[in-house]
Amino acid sequence: MALDPSYLKYQHRRYGMDHDRYEWSMLSRRDPIAWPNGARVALWVNLAVQFFPLNQSGKPFRPPGGMSTPYPDLRHYTLRDYGNRVGLFRCLEALDEAGVTPTFSVNAAIADRYPQLLERLNRRGNEVLASSWNMDTLHHGDMAIDDERELIDRSLATLRAAVDQPVTGWLGPARSQSGNTPDLLAEAGVRYMADWINDDMPYPFTTRHGELIALPLSLELDDQFIVQNNLHSEWEYADQVKDACDYLLAEAESTGHGRLLALSVHPWLMGQPHRIGAFESALKHISEQTGIWSAPAADIVTTWSAQRA
Amino acid sequence: MREDPALYDYRSWDERLPIRWPDGARVAFWVAPNVEFYELDPPPNPIRKAWPRPTPDIQGYGTRDYGNRVGHVRMMELLDRHGVRGSVSLSVALCEHHPEIIDMCRERDWEFFSHGIYNTRYAYGMDEAQERAMIEDSVRTIAEHTGQKCSGYLASALTHTERTLDLFSEAGGLYTCDLFHDDQPTPVRVRSGEPFVSVPYSLELNDTIVYVVNRIEPRRYGEMIKQAFDRLYREGERGGTVMCVPLHAYQVAHPHRIRAFEEALAYITGHPDVWVTTGREIAEYYVEHYYDQAVAKWGGGDSGDGGNGA
Repeated sequence: MALDPSYLKYQHRRYGMDHDRYEWSMLSRRDPIAWPNGARVALWVNLAVQFFPLNQSGKPFRPPGGMSTPYPDLRHYTLRDYGNRVGLFRCLEALDEAGVTPTFSVNAAIADRYPQLLERLNRRGNEVLASSWNMDTLHHGDMAIDDERELIDRSLATLRAAVDQPVTGWLGPARSQSGNTPDLLAEAGVRYMADWINDDMPYPFTTRHGELIALPLSLELDDQFIVQNNLHSEWEYADQVKDACDYLLAEAESTGHGRLLALSVHPWLMGQPHRIGAFESALKHISEQTGIWSAPAADIVTTWSAQRA
Repeated sequence: MREDPALYDYRSWDERLPIRWPDGARVAFWVAPNVEFYELDPPPNPIRKAWPRPTPDIQGYGTRDYGNRVGHVRMMELLDRHGVRGSVSLSVALCEHHPEIIDMCRERDWEFFSHGIYNTRYAYGMDEAQERAMIEDSVRTIAEHTGQKCSGYLASALTHTERTLDLFSEAGGLYTCDLFHDDQPTPVRVRSGEPFVSVPYSLELNDTIVYVVNRIEPRRYGEMIKQAFDRLYREGERGGTVMCVPLHAYQVAHPHRIRAFEEALAYITGHPDVWVTTGREIAEYYVEHYYDQAVAKWGGGDSGDGGNGA
């Protein structure tokens, strides 16, 4: 038995990345970024406003948090719907109390299903970024480019029609992408996307339709990852958020470079009555620190972009 | 297939050579940062899939790339603060992709050992000539880019064949990190007949196993490291022990994890009688002082037929 000889050929073994989407760059060697008013850490709290369809296709994989018992999986459908009915409002109260600005990543299906909810979000004036059609419309390599273009365009058009803002950000369901996604997003007028989790700061991303900005939404510090995937308690979650906040503040202080704390929060998870207190505790800790700039994701991108050499 | 890897003999923990580390240290402590490159679209291996999601699996890829873009510098500065020189488990293609990281390790006089070419290329299914070519490539690349002779081996993605350690020994290797059977170095039987040892690495304290497989909380990871150290330090009075903490900057160097690790590291390096060292130094010291004794006492190390139960 032997492997095909091509297995020992290394086509991309060269300086830089093994693809041409972005430049190889170490965070520590980049030019410093300054946030407004001398803040050291920009805080992006992303609340996921999601629709998990009951008739989930699960292709090419089951979306994390998706239906998992035989049809009709009322259990998971309603547990996720809880977020849009109850959890979201509990999270918003906590954020408002702490003076923290949320950004909403919204599945466009929400605009059709719960227009009154989207209108509430719109009236708050917080940023809405697009999150494809629903949690089951995963973007993946086996997708025909025309199908994916239609999906992206339909999602953006639906959300843009529903809110009084341009909607220039994107977060794929389960941070999923095909090889074409960045090109299609740029083509559709998206400025930044949050799917790539390889950095702690924004960075430029190359597409066939000009540049996008990658604004990483941390997965390792995502509530769903910590509480649902890792089965850590909500208080452990709060400790991890606090430790991250303290570390980034200290790193920004010692390096003189602004840093980003990106919190991905799912109201169906952290908005449960037994978890919300831990979320509040994390927010309280953050809001008690000096040097935090709580901002919409798009403002963080704009501020970062304005300082590029 | 064999019932037993036939690499080492059985020996119980209470019947050891009373190892003494330099300056009477009780514990030889080493930290092994894995400095890895994962490919976005590697060729398929018939036995193991590189990524769980369809290509491009930007989640798996991005998770690893974070270590190179963000994590290594944090981890290096932390190890500097506590006087620890890393023993780098290196995907050697990173010498070409990211030479800046190699330079930073060289400036710190860190050791480099082979972790294969890419962590997305597996030994599964390779014939002997292929695996030899891969191992020799890795040894050669380390020599060319770092000036170091590669002494140690940790198979890429822990993918092995029955010949892996034989081939690495024949390529001039001295020690392996692939075996987890002991808290002291042990002689390993390889067909070259040359001295070859297992230096305890660790899966239990490996941050990737901790965070990805066992899904442990960051502060608990710090406690686990301290508890392991306390026990190995105590037992090290009777005979020197080895403690390794294998790291991946893409795991441990996240802002919510690194502080808890640093506390544990400070705890260890704050103790007297700890030899803070590297994998190669442990292997060389053991071979120089204890290898012959161990082989004579336990009857093995250079032949293929003396194993326990043979």
